[in-house]
Amino acid sequence: MSELLIKNGVVYDPINGVKGEKKDICIRDGKVVEEVKNPKVIDAEGMVVMPGGVDIHAHIAGGKVNAGRLFRPEDGRRGLRPRTKVCMPESGYSVPNTFATGYRYARMGYTFVMEPAMPPLAARHTHEELIDIPILDNAAIPLIDNNWMTMEYVKSGDIDLLAAYIAWMIRATKGYGVKVVNPGGTEAWAWKKNCDLNDAVPYFDVTPAEIVRALAEANERFEMPHSIHVHGNMLGHPGNYEVTLKTYDLVKGITPYRDRPVMHATHTQFFSYGGTTWRDFESKARAIADYVNANEHVSIDIGSVIIGDTTTMTADGPMEYSLHQITGRKWTNHDVELETGSGITPFLYSGKVSVHTLQWAIGLELALLTKDPWKIALTSDHPNAGPFIGYPILISMLMSKRRRDESAKEMHSVIFDRAELPSIDREYSFYEIAIITRGMTARTLGLHEHGKGHLGVGADGDVAIYDISPEERDAGKIQKAFLNAKYTIKGGEIVVKDGEVVSAPPGRTFFVTPECESGLMDEMTAKLKEMFANYYSVSLANYPVQDAYVPNPYEIRAPWRS
Amino acid sequence: MVEITDVVCPLCGCVCDDIVVEVEDNEVKKVRGACAVGKSKLMGHGRIKSPAIRANGVLKDCSYDEAIKKAAEILAAARRPLLYGWSSTVCEATKVGVELAVEIGAVIDNTASVCHGPSVLAIQDVGLPSCTLGEVKNRASLVIYWGANPTSAHGNHMKRYSYISKGYFLPGGKKDKKLVVVDVRETKTAKMADRFIQVEPGKDYLFFSALRAILYGHEDVVPDDVGGVAKKELLELADMMKETPFGIIFFGMGVTQSRGRHNNIINAIQVTRAAHTHTKFNIMPMRGHYNVTGFNQVCTWETGFPFAVDLSRGFAWYNPGETAANDILWRKECDAALFIASDPVSHFPADSIRHLARIPVIQIDPFANPTTEFADVVIPTAVSGVEAEGSVYRMDGIPLRLRKLVDTDYPSDEEVLMRILEEVRAIRAKEGE
Amino acid sequence: MAVYGYEEEMGVKVKLISGRTVAQGQNLDNKLSDEYFNAVALCELSTEDMEKIGASPGDNVKVRTKYGEVVVKAKQGAGYPEGIVFIPMGPWANAVTSGDTRGAGMPQFKGIDAEIEKTDEPVLNIKELMMRYKEV
Repeated sequence: MSELLIKNGVVYDPINGVKGEKKDICIRDGKVVEEVKNPKVIDAEGMVVMPGGVDIHAHIAGGKVNAGRLFRPEDGRRGLRPRTKVCMPESGYSVPNTFATGYRYARMGYTFVMEPAMPPLAARHTHEELIDIPILDNAAIPLIDNNWMTMEYVKSGDIDLLAAYIAWMIRATKGYGVKVVNPGGTEAWAWKKNCDLNDAVPYFDVTPAEIVRALAEANERFEMPHSIHVHGNMLGHPGNYEVTLKTYDLVKGITPYRDRPVMHATHTQFFSYGGTTWRDFESKARAIADYVNANEHVSIDIGSVIIGDTTTMTADGPMEYSLHQITGRKWTNHDVELETGSGITPFLYSGKVSVHTLQWAIGLELALLTKDPWKIALTSDHPNAGPFIGYPILISMLMSKRRRDESAKEMHSVIFDRAELPSIDREYSFYEIAIITRGMTARTLGLHEHGKGHLGVGADGDVAIYDISPEERDAGKIQKAFLNAKYTIKGGEIVVKDGEVVSAPPGRTFFVTPECESGLMDEMTAKLKEMFANYYSVSLANYPVQDAYVPNPYEIRAPWRS
Repeated sequence: MVEITDVVCPLCGCVCDDIVVEVEDNEVKKVRGACAVGKSKLMGHGRIKSPAIRANGVLKDCSYDEAIKKAAEILAAARRPLLYGWSSTVCEATKVGVELAVEIGAVIDNTASVCHGPSVLAIQDVGLPSCTLGEVKNRASLVIYWGANPTSAHGNHMKRYSYISKGYFLPGGKKDKKLVVVDVRETKTAKMADRFIQVEPGKDYLFFSALRAILYGHEDVVPDDVGGVAKKELLELADMMKETPFGIIFFGMGVTQSRGRHNNIINAIQVTRAAHTHTKFNIMPMRGHYNVTGFNQVCTWETGFPFAVDLSRGFAWYNPGETAANDILWRKECDAALFIASDPVSHFPADSIRHLARIPVIQIDPFANPTTEFADVVIPTAVSGVEAEGSVYRMDGIPLRLRKLVDTDYPSDEEVLMRILEEVRAIRAKEGE
Repeated sequence: MAVYGYEEEMGVKVKLISGRTVAQGQNLDNKLSDEYFNAVALCELSTEDMEKIGASPGDNVKVRTKYGEVVVKAKQGAGYPEGIVFIPMGPWANAVTSGDTRGAGMPQFKGIDAEIEKTDEPVLNIKELMMRYKEV
């Protein structure tokens, strides 16, 4: 029996309504308990204590992440750290190796990360990398929107069969939910085309709008912990905020299985653009925030920009090609048969470029204009708007108007004309930071019911202790504290001490098992078999992810809603 | 007799996963659906019977314990060890290999460095517009094999994935598709082609440059003859590329191993990008061994770099030309080598092999081969995909799991490596005391 | 006339390429066998080149480059233009290649300048070929 007592810390535990109270946290055998008898003691006097961080959206594992590493040795050469007694060597900045990914998140006090884009056909790859990411508990969401089977059921209107298909896919991939990326547009990209929200997908005669609506309905056929997770159409295009709002409207009125949104709209910064070209490009964060403030069916994460060089990667193939055409930098594309695609290109966000400056402002505006922090999550769509290691910068920006003003002065003057950021006075509190990095993310993913994102009795013993006074407002000190936790505790074990990894146990993989009526499953499977026999390049029997790829499983059952 | 379906073939980068195998008395008796080369692999060959250690010039049988201990002693004592091969074993073995390389500060490299290593260098320069093989099957109305001869090297490639396969948008199979072959000689693949273009050896770079110029609208700068190919032929090829709704170039070692190396591939990828300004165009390396891609994947996610990784500094240092297997052999830096699932003595150049004759060599392999002649420690293992299961990556990056078909007493590659690693750690712990 | 640093030309100038064949692939795990020897210790030539060196299929031919020389069996190749000879990838082909990767990590295995001539010298078997490396 191992026991740990964290005493005298100032605790921020939003899910349990704990707003900066001096409170002891007791952990026994990896779980939070009422009291302990003979514990190891950590004195957190004068420090900030939070649940382990929960990242709702970061591309940390899988084919395209690895393609990013492979084609960017110049990025790999940043952040080199030799092995230690407990750590493997680290490499990379925007595309760190798997080991560095685990260590760096842990140093920042995070203990769970969601990989939000798993191509089903390559799901084994995603899981192989997740196995090699130490410390972090994790999960991955399969892409199920450009799939031919999905589009056929959307076209025929068979929502129940679509539900059977997504159930099969989530089970076959050991996945967590339903991911949507440029619905219809990625299939069109196989012919070098793209789709707007109401365009017909070539050869399939359905529209992206129909796909999104149908998937949201099918997802709610089950008691799914998470809503559909949506990267919509026209990402990164000037004027796309109208498409974004229309996309949100598509799922209005669908009843979620429990008290949560029916759509999580991800990296919203890239979808909050006004103007008609890059010349008159402007922020429409206000319009998006107003919608989110007025509605309950959508949650967002900000996808905030971190100034500097990064590697962009998404299943949105046409978007990456556009980006490559703008910059002329190297470009990798990898379309995946019957399912999805992907594109990768390096990108540098510069504070001297008007568009980048506005993008930077938009992400922060979204966080500052959305009134209820329970509706937004802190992300940088790692590594698309910047690497996760920049989160402490974003936190310091949200907590310090002064830091934002100082930064704005250094940036392109367009920020004063076409963005709202300089006029926003709001500053986040530690409590609100805990919401957008722990409480909201765990709740939106449904993980709070499985021990994540809070410190109530029965929760996982995942704790971050930051060496900073709850009164501190200095942005530099805030950034430093959140970059290297004083302690990170994972499942009751100290994994980081004084900003260094002292232990690197393996993480667990969470996956959902949607339970579907067998008649529906049989009808769907008959069609699926045809797809495999005729069009896939692998056999159906070799497709599902074997148990060997989830050595530390955590299963969440999602019964059919009767 | 037991029939096993959906067997995954452990031979080439096609990784066909629809093979049917009949097993009787714990032996593979029949193989259906594999190409001649794959079938030969699945049916099996003579094996190394016992672990052995060389003494006075002769390999003498010994126990696994003794061989593993000896291997660990060699590696623990080495100052510039090389861990090479990996392309015909599973990713689980590679993972232990990386751990071992970190432990002893080795250079770890795989056969890509004598195969598609230059392709990787090219991808690092310009990227790779590509797709999975099923995309080719369903959509590609123009298939180009460039310096690649699948009829010899990738027997089922055309049938399963490209020219001969039927697809969703091309239900007529090869009736709906065009095949172009570019090579220095008229191979069997070339004989099947709708169009065969014979280029002079070493002139691929010129050819790519000319094609690229044409695709970008600069045909006026192209001379009448490019590397033995008439301008007219080039113009016609460019038209074919522009007109197809979806095209693919598969390139082989005909381009990576000849003069220009990675520069050829950079140019080939640029040609693809030029074609992509007109239509959907893709390009894919014809990876040789069934898991050459898998090593590159694992090595990349674990160290940050795909091959030729030097861990002597404690962190990963990647610089092919300095840190590839042939670099450290040819320069005579290497002072001990572990070869696994490969046969460098057959496939490395003469002057690299001469150095191998002077240093201790450890071989882990199911089969004897010329490398065995140089090995001081030989450790036989199970055949992955026949006697052991594990992860592999197809040439298009699709991960599959090899199946175990028969039982064996041989330990797996992963197991042997793990034991060597433990032994090395024990030696070092003792030295530390 | 000095060619490749040699004092005199010895044979017919060609470009040497190597690569996979079906028989080579079938015997990948069977390299110490006669089948492998028969599949790999050979050189495929065009009719023209065969005539030029005065050899017939089955004769021994010596292939020499700046990096070494090797004797293999001559084989009638189909589809080869004059001046290109092919040895299946393996120990005999590599006996005449260089480990210099020119900064790319990759030796040059194809398109190597070589000279060929008919010879009465024997084709070394795999063990004999390997012994050569140990002697040096």
